[in-house]
Order: sequence, then C-alpha cells, then structure tokens
Amino acid sequence: MHTTLVVAAAGSGNMGKIGVMLLGVAVFAAVFMGILLIASLFKGQSGEKVQAAAFVGPTLLFIGIGLIYPAILTIRRAFYSGKFFDLNFGTARTRGKYVGFDNFQAVWTTPGLKQVLFNTAMWVILVPLIATAIGLLYAILIDRAKGEAVAKALIFLPMAISMVGATLIWKFVYYFIGDPGADQVGLINAFLDKIGVAPVDFLGNAPGNTFAMIAIMIWIQAGFAMTVLSAAIKAIPDEILEAANMDGVKGFQMFRYVTLPSIRSSVIVVLTTIAIATLKAFDIVQASSGGKLGDSVLANEFYNRSFVTQQPGLGAAIAIVIFLLVMPIIIFNVIQMRKDA
Amino acid sequence: MSSATPAPLPEDVADKAVAEAGGDADLQTGRPKRKTKSAAGNAARAVTSPWASIFAIFMALAWTTPTFGLFVTSFRKQEDIQTSGWWKSFASPFTLDNYKQVLQGAEGQPPLADFFVNSFVIVIPAVLLPLLLAALAAYAFAWIDFPFRSSLFVAVFALQIVPLQIALLPLVTMFQNMGVKSWPGGNYWSLWLAHSAFALPLAVYLLHNFMKEIPASLLEAARVDGAGHVRIFFQVLLPLIAPALASFGIFQFLWVWNDLLVAMTMLGGSPEKAPLTMILNTISGTLGNRWYLLSAAAFISIALPVAVFLSLQRYFVRGLLAGGTKG
Repeated sequence: MHTTLVVAAAGSGNMGKIGVMLLGVAVFAAVFMGILLIASLFKGQSGEKVQAAAFVGPTLLFIGIGLIYPAILTIRRAFYSGKFFDLNFGTARTRGKYVGFDNFQAVWTTPGLKQVLFNTAMWVILVPLIATAIGLLYAILIDRAKGEAVAKALIFLPMAISMVGATLIWKFVYYFIGDPGADQVGLINAFLDKIGVAPVDFLGNAPGNTFAMIAIMIWIQAGFAMTVLSAAIKAIPDEILEAANMDGVKGFQMFRYVTLPSIRSSVIVVLTTIAIATLKAFDIVQASSGGKLGDSVLANEFYNRSFVTQQPGLGAAIAIVIFLLVMPIIIFNVIQMRKDA
Repeated sequence: MSSATPAPLPEDVADKAVAEAGGDADLQTGRPKRKTKSAAGNAARAVTSPWASIFAIFMALAWTTPTFGLFVTSFRKQEDIQTSGWWKSFASPFTLDNYKQVLQGAEGQPPLADFFVNSFVIVIPAVLLPLLLAALAAYAFAWIDFPFRSSLFVAVFALQIVPLQIALLPLVTMFQNMGVKSWPGGNYWSLWLAHSAFALPLAVYLLHNFMKEIPASLLEAARVDGAGHVRIFFQVLLPLIAPALASFGIFQFLWVWNDLLVAMTMLGGSPEKAPLTMILNTISGTLGNRWYLLSAAAFISIALPVAVFLSLQRYFVRGLLAGGTKG
C-alpha cells in the first residue's frame, strides 16, 4: 500500500526526495565501508588497537560532537540572557550577557511556570504508577490464559502509534459539543449524555485537561509495563510457586508475598523508565492545546521558551532541570549495571 | 513512545519472554506455547476467575475502542461525522473520499502524500546510519581489547538517558553554521545526523548485549583460521546478530517515524520537508473540528508503523526486554 502511495505522489518533486534519500544512504554506506577498509589494512595482534579505534572511533566522535559538546554548550548558555542561542549573534541590546543563576531562578519565578512544575509533577507521579499498576494487573489476569498473545497485542499496540496520533485519537473520544441541543459525537460525552450527566469539555479547561492528557499517556505506556512485567512473572521459577502452593498460599496472598517480591526489580525498572519517558514527552501537550490552556509541562515549556518566545537562556535552564530530574535514575541504572557485570 | 532507559533483566527472563510474547505460533493457535500451568496462574484464577475475565475484556475494549472509533470515522461521510457518533454509522454507506482529499490536498492543506514521502525519506537513513556505526562499535566493545574499554562503554551507556532536549538548541545552531540547508537534501541531513547521534548510545548498548552472548569459542575458532576482525565481523557475527539488528531497527524506525520534537526544531525554516507527525500536529489545530480530514490523516500516519510493528513484534519485544526503550 505504501509503495503505491509513494509512486502516486512521485509527481511533485517526490522523486527528487527519494534521490536525496538514496544519496544519504550511499554516503553513510561509503563511510561504513571506508572504516572497514582501514581496519582490514591493519592485521594481527599489533593492529588490534588501530582496528579498535576504527570501529569505536566514529561512534565516539558522533556522540562527542552530537551529544556531549552540545550539552556543554546548553549548560553554558543557561547562564546568559539574550534573544539568540549564539552569543555572538544579534545587536548589542539583544546579545546575551552573563546573568548567573537568573535563568534557573526564572524557572520558579516566571508567571505561569509554577503551574507548569505542578502539572509536570502530576504527570511524573500519576503516569508511572497507574500505567504500571494497570500493566501488572493485566499481565497477571491474562497470564497463560487462552489467546494471551492476541490479548497482549491489543494493549501493546498504542506503543507503535505516535503521541501526536494518539492525541488525535483521544481528542475524538473526548470531543465536546457546546450546543446543548446537538448530539454528542465524542464517545465519553455521548455516554454522559445518555446517563443524564452534562457533557464536559475535557481538554478545554484546567486542571481537568492535564488529567485527560495523563490518561492518554497511560494508554500509551501500559503496554510497555505489561510486556516487561509479564516476562518477569513468567521467569519466576516454578519450584517457588509450587512450594508456596503446598504451604497453602493462595490468591492475593500469593501475589503479595510471592509474585510481587520476585518481580520487584522489574517493577522498579518499569516505573523509572515510564517516569523518564513522561518527563521528556511534549507531544501530547503540543498536539492538544500547545500548552496554552494552563496545561503545559516542562518539556513543552522547553520548546516554547527556546523556539517560540526567544528565551533560549530560560529554555536551556529548563532542559537542565529536566536533566537533573532524570539524573538519579541514570546513577541508579549504572549501579545496577556494575552489579550485573 | 518516549525515552531511553536500560532494563537490566536477567538473560533467562528475556529468553523466556521472547519464547512467549508475540510468537507466531501463539497467534496461530491462540494458545500459550507452554502447556504446564503455573501455580501463580492457578491461584490468580481460583480467586478472581469470572471477575478477572470480565476485567481483562473490559480493559482490552477500553484500549482498542478509541483507535477503532477514529478508524471507522475516517471512512464516514463528512455530514454523518458531524451529526452522529461513529457507533451509529453502520447503517449508512462508507466512503474513501476523506482519504482521497487528504492525500491529494484539500481546503488549503498541502497533499499529505508529500509528507508521507518526507517521513519515509527521513526514516530510512536515520535508521541505517546508527545501525551500521553501532554494530561496529558494539563489536569492538564486546570482542576487541583496548585501553579504557569498560569505562568508555559505561560512559556511552549512561549517555542514553541524557534528555535530547539538552542537546537540541546547540545542534540547531551548529547545523545552521555548517550551512546544511544548502547541501543537496538540505535539512534532511540535520534530521538524519541528529537522530543518529541521539540513537547511538542505545544502539551500542543493545547490540553489545547481544554480541556478548555469542560464545567466545566461535570467534576463537575463526581467529585460529587466520580471520581478522573485519572478516569475523562480517562472516561470524553479522549473521548471528541479525535479530538484534532487527530489534534496534524497529525501535529506531518507530522513534524517528513518530518523532515530533526533533522535526519541529530542525525544520524551522523548511516546512516542505516536514514529516507526517509535524503536519498532523499543525492540522490538529488548523482543521479544528473537521474530523473527516483529521481522522483520515491520522490513519495515514499510523498505518506504516503499526504494520511494521505487528509484523516484527517478536523482535521488538526482544529488544524491549534487553533494555531498549526510547522515546
């Protein structure tokens, strides 16, 4: 189906785009072959280090220039004012000056940003907890049930959908028609109408809109939690379960004292992973209201301040705040990995 | 989906899970592969049986209905959509007009087909480049001895959780200073390179984990035969880690195809190169209530990732359990 789309659209310069893509692929392939060629020139034990450098070098270079160096620039930029990211750019008036921690202070003091911090906290607390709880419950309920694979795929599928797409899907579920005489077209409001409750403009008013969007993120993330936790549950040794069974442990007791302790580390990994994903997600807010209805979050404010309102210093400070909030989890994971190694 | 974190699960967990989750056999027979019932399963069922089934079905419905509703809507006539809910639509005839209009461009909107091509042009090189580079690096980290190997690897590993927000602003400026816009292909290069940089830490970590599992005796045998690293990489390792390449490939494909943030920041000055997500985000504001166009547009953007996801689900799950989640 997609090939026909591509062909059908190829009239208006799309052929040229495909050509550009092939050019890009060719360049990347040439780089790859070049690395291998250089590495193959140095044979034997003595050439080992050159080969290692040829294999690892490009990746380290890429990460260094594309990730570490820009991160350092961002950290530096957070201590300057000005309207442009490039400190040499602009007139004397718009050019950035060193302002110390003013930008970080502004994350607290700028009108509206307190609300943003509060909303972000709601997201980061509610999404991981609820998505993990739902994923765990579902994983237990369908464990070894008939049609398990299909049941999993249904919950799992939202992970393949972009957050913009997911937001559109849910905008339609939440859809609200103000005219009291009209038929409600959105599923939830039609249901409310049916049971005699007044329709609600879910995405239109704070603070409700934040919770309506949190539901969308839970819808996306529950499948991830379910998959990882289901795997963890299946990995519990049968002997443990049988022993508990013989001791007369049943039902919820079994879950509380046997299953849950056995999958503890997986639960923590799922919670932290979803928390990070939630902290960085700006798409849902962006596609819903753009954060203009008292429903913005840090990741969205980063975009707004950096690229829309021309406050790159504040944008950089927000990016660093996001980084600092993620940091404890990085440390936690490195410790875990050191333990495993 | 959003963000990168390692899930350090024991290997046997991953293996078991791959055997159970999304296996083709499961889908065909509709039955779990392992016939032995676990005590946990029994216990859960013994107490909650009818309620468990009802709740599971309720959840499955709650999770699929929103998508299904918009899908049905995308085939309905404009006037039907505006006057009645999609659940009432099965009496009236369906139409493909919405898709035709959206693809060819309607009501001042550029044709969506162009943006489909953009997404495609962005995604292929942005998957291939990090895949090739990371495969090489992962091989060296796993099988070549060199100074600072483990500390460099831990550094790369830790970098995967650095939020991309922190690198975005300077990257935009760097690409501007490099004059990327005037290269053949213009800002596509910005997207390819930025997506690759953001993907490399995860890619290296994921592929390294798979490469480490290959028995050392296999590589030693090849070395004894006089094969260098390049030959071992191609002839011994590459065929064996094909599933791992597929896992990462799917991650990166979904991530790039579904990305909004990088596209919006890198393509500030060239909207004609925008991917589907970006145009979807724009028209979700400008088209307001015109759901006959929005629903069709949403499904055009969803179709390809969902198809890729469903057909390669087993590799995706394997990657997920080996520590790959990105977003």
